[in-house]
Amino acid sequence: MQAVKMVITGPFNAGKTQFIRAVSEIDVVSTESKISSEAERIKDSTTVAMDFGRITIDDELVLYLFGTPGQRRFDFMWEILSEGMLGFIVMVDSSRPETFREARHILQVFRSYAPTPYVVAANKQDLSEAWGIDDLRIALKIDPQVKLLPCVSTDKEQVKRVILELLYSILEEMDLEEQS
Amino acid sequence: MALKGNLRDFSTTQLLNLINLARKTGCLTVRTPSDAARLYFRDGKLVHAHTASEDGHLTTMLVKAGKLSAEQCQKLATRPEAHNDTQLGLLLIHAGYVSRDDIIQSAKRHMLDIVYALFGWYEGQFEFVPDAVPSSDRIMVPINLESVIIEGSRRLQEHERLQDELPDLESHVLRFTSNADARLRAVNLTVEEWRVISFISPRNTIKMIAQANNMDDFQIRKIVYGLMQAGMIEAVRAPGQAAPPSLAGRKMSVEKPPAVKRSVIERLISRIKRI
Repeated sequence: MQAVKMVITGPFNAGKTQFIRAVSEIDVVSTESKISSEAERIKDSTTVAMDFGRITIDDELVLYLFGTPGQRRFDFMWEILSEGMLGFIVMVDSSRPETFREARHILQVFRSYAPTPYVVAANKQDLSEAWGIDDLRIALKIDPQVKLLPCVSTDKEQVKRVILELLYSILEEMDLEEQS
Repeated sequence: MALKGNLRDFSTTQLLNLINLARKTGCLTVRTPSDAARLYFRDGKLVHAHTASEDGHLTTMLVKAGKLSAEQCQKLATRPEAHNDTQLGLLLIHAGYVSRDDIIQSAKRHMLDIVYALFGWYEGQFEFVPDAVPSSDRIMVPINLESVIIEGSRRLQEHERLQDELPDLESHVLRFTSNADARLRAVNLTVEEWRVISFISPRNTIKMIAQANNMDDFQIRKIVYGLMQAGMIEAVRAPGQAAPPSLAGRKMSVEKPPAVKRSVIERLISRIKRI
C-alpha cells in the first residue's frame, strides 16, 4: 500500500480541521485541547499537534491529510508534518485581517521546507466580513501564478475543488520538470 | 465584499497599496478613540479627504493654506454660495480672491496632510465602502497614490528608526542622566517634553507616560528619542523585567519531495472527483 500526504496549514481558527473533516472518510483524528488563552477564545478547542484524515484511493493507494496546529507555540510540529508531502494548502480566514500576517509567515515557512506546489484557500467566504479574492491576493502578496481559491470549508464540494486544484498544480509542476 | 479591519493588522501603507493596485473607487473610513478620517478614492486615486477636526470644506483648506483670512472666511459664510464648495470656488476665482491653481494646491495640501498623518496611526478600525463618493459640491483633486505611498513609507522609516532605538515601550522606564539638571536649565523644552519629564518615575513605563499624556507611540518615541539625544534622560529596563530571549533563527531543512509518478496524481484526481 502506497501512502501519499498533503498538508493543510494556516493560522489559528482558519478552518483547517473542518476542511479535513469535510472530505475524510474516517472521523478526523484531532489532537485538540481546550483553549486557555483569553485572546484565542473565539472557539472552544484548537488543534495542538495535528489533525489527521484519510481518503482511500484504491487498493494500493491512500491519501493522508494532515492539518497543522495553528498556534505558534506548536510550530515545532510543522516541519515534522511537512516531511514528504506532495504539496500543501494554506488556509486563510478571509474575514480576519489580523491573521493575514501570520498566514504569510506560515506560507513562507512551508515554502522553505520543501519546494512543493501549494495553493491558498480563502476560507469563510460565506461571511459578510470576508475580504474579496482580489483584495486578499494583494493583502497577502500572493503571486498571480499562485492559485488563490475561494472556499467554505464546511462545503464538501468547495473543499474537493481546492484539493483538486492542488493536484492539478502538482501535475503542471511535473510537466514543467519533464520539459526541462 | 467587505474590507474591514484594524490598522494594527493591516497598515495604512498596505491599505493604500491595495486601493491603488485594485484601482478602487469608494470611501475609506478610519476611526481611533481620539480621531477619525474619511478618504475618498476614484479609480485608485485619492480625490477628497477630511477628518473629525478638519472638515475638508474649501474655506477651511484656503484658510489653512493662507490664501484666505479668517475675516474673509466669516464674510463668505453669509453668502448663499458658501454651502457649495464648487460655487464658492467659482465666486472666489471671479472675485479675484484666489486663482484656480490656489484652490487645487490648497486641496492637495489638505489631503496630503491628512493622508500622511494616517501613516502615523498604528491602531484604528478601518472600513472601505465601495463606490461611495463625496457630496457633489466638494472640491475633488485626484492624487496618484504611488508618490503618497513612497513619501508615507519614508516617514514610516523614521518611525521604524525610532522603534529600533526604543523597541519596547512597555518594559522600559525613563530616568534622568547624571548631569540632567544642568542640561535642563540650559535648554528650552516644549510643553509636551515637560509633560513627559514630569511623569518620569521607576514605576511608570514609557507606555504609561504616553497614555497619561494622550500620546500615541510615535509621538512618545519622538519626544523620548529627542530627550535621549540631548543627554537628559535614558531608557532602562523596568524593575523586574527580564531581558528577552535570543531570537536566533531556526535552520530550515529544504527537502525534495518524494518521487511520485504522474499516474498516482491522476488516480488521486479521479478519486477526489468521486467523493
